[in-house]
Amino acid sequence: MITTLPEAEALYAKLLEQLRPRVRPETAMVGIYTGGVWLAERLHADLDLRVPLGAIDISFYRDDFHQSGLKQDIKRSHIPFEVNDRHILLVDDVLYTGRTVRGAMNELFDYGRPASIELVVLVDRGGRELPICAQYVAETIEVPAGRMLVLDRDASGRLSLRYDDERAQ
Amino acid sequence: MKTQIQNGRVIDPKHGLDKVQDVYIAEGRIVGLGTAPDGFRPDRVVDAKGLVVMPGLVDLAARLREPGFEHKATLQSEMHAAVAGGVTSLACPPDTDPPLDEPGLVEMLKHRARVLNLAHVYPLGALTSKLEGERLTEMAELRDAGCVAFSQAERPVVDTEVLWRALQYAATFDFAVWLRPQDAFLGKAGVAHDGEVATRLGLPGIPSFAETIALATLLQLARATGTRLHLCRLSTAEGVEMVRKAKEEGLKVSCDVGAHHLHLSEMDLGYFDTHCNVMPPFRSLRDRDALREGVREGVIDAVCSDHTPLDEDVKQMPFGESEPGATGLELLLPLTLKWAQESKLPLVKALARVTCDPARILGIDAGHLGLNAVADVCVFDPEGWFKVSPETLKSQGKNTPFLGYELPGRVRYTFVAGHLCYEAA
Amino acid sequence: MKMRNPQLNENGELQHLLTIEGLPREVLTHILDTASSFVGVTEREVKKVPLLRGKSVFNLFFENSTRTRTTFEIAAKRLSADVINLNINTSSTNKGETLLDTVDNLTAMHADMFVVRHAQSGAAHLIAQHVPKHVHVINAGDGRHAHPTQGLLDAYTIRHYKKDFTALSVAIVGDVLHSRVARSLIHALTTLGTPDLRVIGPQTLLPTGVEKLGVRVFHDMNAGLRDVDVVVMLRLQNERMRGPLLPSAQEYFKYYGLTPEKLALAKPDAIVMHPGPMNRGVEIDSAVADGEQAVILPQVTFGIAVRMAVMSILAGN
Repeated sequence: MITTLPEAEALYAKLLEQLRPRVRPETAMVGIYTGGVWLAERLHADLDLRVPLGAIDISFYRDDFHQSGLKQDIKRSHIPFEVNDRHILLVDDVLYTGRTVRGAMNELFDYGRPASIELVVLVDRGGRELPICAQYVAETIEVPAGRMLVLDRDASGRLSLRYDDERAQ
Repeated sequence: MKTQIQNGRVIDPKHGLDKVQDVYIAEGRIVGLGTAPDGFRPDRVVDAKGLVVMPGLVDLAARLREPGFEHKATLQSEMHAAVAGGVTSLACPPDTDPPLDEPGLVEMLKHRARVLNLAHVYPLGALTSKLEGERLTEMAELRDAGCVAFSQAERPVVDTEVLWRALQYAATFDFAVWLRPQDAFLGKAGVAHDGEVATRLGLPGIPSFAETIALATLLQLARATGTRLHLCRLSTAEGVEMVRKAKEEGLKVSCDVGAHHLHLSEMDLGYFDTHCNVMPPFRSLRDRDALREGVREGVIDAVCSDHTPLDEDVKQMPFGESEPGATGLELLLPLTLKWAQESKLPLVKALARVTCDPARILGIDAGHLGLNAVADVCVFDPEGWFKVSPETLKSQGKNTPFLGYELPGRVRYTFVAGHLCYEAA
Repeated sequence: MKMRNPQLNENGELQHLLTIEGLPREVLTHILDTASSFVGVTEREVKKVPLLRGKSVFNLFFENSTRTRTTFEIAAKRLSADVINLNINTSSTNKGETLLDTVDNLTAMHADMFVVRHAQSGAAHLIAQHVPKHVHVINAGDGRHAHPTQGLLDAYTIRHYKKDFTALSVAIVGDVLHSRVARSLIHALTTLGTPDLRVIGPQTLLPTGVEKLGVRVFHDMNAGLRDVDVVVMLRLQNERMRGPLLPSAQEYFKYYGLTPEKLALAKPDAIVMHPGPMNRGVEIDSAVADGEQAVILPQVTFGIAVRMAVMSILAGN
């Protein structure tokens, strides 16, 4: 376990190499907004996937709607392929409690019945509250309590990681 | 009972009096001002230090709800509200159920009021039978039973021929006719002033000319018949101007305004506040300011309460379905004081509009503290502010747009014919 | 005299949707953006999302309207809410139970949200001031006063086809006097920055002081339609067609009905909207209603998404 932040681009390269031998022509990929979509866009291109990229916003499937309400900037989910019987790689930036992934899976199941879903994340920071795990992880990082781990993308498309306060989310 | 009211600031608008002095009452009359009559030994002494001692208020319009509307309020509750507000004489409109178009009903009302022994009640008789605007009532019989003038309350006389003849008949006996100028058709589905606010709120409107067109008709007829005409509850700036010109011409015309209309306008409807549903409606700020100026100048002779107690159920409805009207007996003095303060008018002038001026219109010897006058006296605390709430109002009607407001002028004592009818707790 | 905006709770969040008047631009834009996401949901096979699961939405319609009630019902069901429809005949209300008594009874049955349509202006406000804190009220039309979800779906439709409110000329034609749809749309467009907003109609159908709402008044439809980007036709009620306000439907159609000739005065790519149901041959010619420039059917789809957006935003506050 590492406590100082590694370079996100380095982690991305690791993740790419983990995935490369495992993808097939019919593999579909879906990114979770927003960091997961950034990663998925890069992976989709670098892995030369044929099936068009999907992107989902899980705002309508969150389990904290009644406490926190609808958030402001909701993007439109877009799955440009048939979900039934598909092997899907679900991509997110940071895996933490597992609730985001639970919501994403619920949403995917409203589109159809996938043959399988595998989870791809850049960082696993532990702290799971649900029985969810990722099949592809670039790094496991211990994040200090009360802090969030955030993926940023600059104007040139370069990825980087930083800490933020929990409240800022 | 001989009563001495000590150390109060005595304000008597009719006599231009504003002086700290004692008032002496015996056998129901004022027997001394300043100096005690020879050998006067009081049975009761009231210390009015810091308080204002004024004539009991004369209210030209207060609905007492009897007969017929006892579920809204009773004579007893409303008469208590009157004296709690310092009102010692009041005129009640004829729109009871049945309307006051029979001498027997008038006698009964007068009798009930006398038994209660609180404020003096002056009933207005119906101008037409059942207020329907078709047949004249026996006005002379009604006068003998105790009516001081004749009115249609809120019902317009649609047939102008009948209106003309009714005014002529009243003029024959020199009876005064009190009418609220409102055209029978214009804005008859309306519930609010036809203007910007009604447009925004989507409420059917009553245009200003619904009042001024009717007013023009009434003034023309008054000119032709010579009837003593009193115009009730003006609400428009144009209306004030028309009355001013009529008075300048020498017509026997007087008018009043509801105390609420001196303060509120269409802007106060807010989010459909049904307590602001009144007739005539609260109009524009310009109209309100013209009414205030009209009272200040005296073009508008009197300020009245237009007291209309209603149960909460008829107000807890969508605006257009709610019943119009506001409770007001206990707010007549505070609202007049508030207006006087804001208009920077001295009390000795301002309070004329609720004492000697309305008394003159009623044709009664009241509203003043002259020697030998009937001892109708109101003693109030000019620094006493009170919060208007259902608990502080004695009327059964708690329907006022002033709920939650702090108003000046808490009444401490009210005497009617020398008898202490009300004492603040 | 209550001065706090009854639509907002103590945190300044939208607690009820009663009228568009007084809502800041950001709130309207948030609703429109959220609606856009819901349009995506309505295009999927599974058109439901679980946002309002376990919540009860009561459609309280004191005025008949199958269309509006149905779209609210569909919207609520797509949010996985339980929906109860109540068509309350005003005559049975007169038999004793007041409006507020009815609301109290339903609140006791664990209603979370009321969608209210009533013939009296201010009815939704009255209910909103009366319900407990956890209950939300949506005004589905109160008298002449407001129909905020319609105003929002009209704004959404305009945004969908024309993109930028701040560069538009919009004309609203017809019985503005009696129209809650017109009032809500006027508030929405002025808040969203539409620079040229016009109302067109005979004097008898335009309310006093309507220009104070931020519109230009035209009695001549030819002048009023010149170069507009959007034409919104209002429905003319049967009762109003002959009486003190108008002499006949025929004369109304001749001077204020939308025909292809009159539409040609607007911009060539102008869109035609109508809140429905349409009176063909009274306010609108069939050729226009069925023509290319009419976007009347898409308005309906957008209406469901907009109502889903409103319900979710309120339920989450």
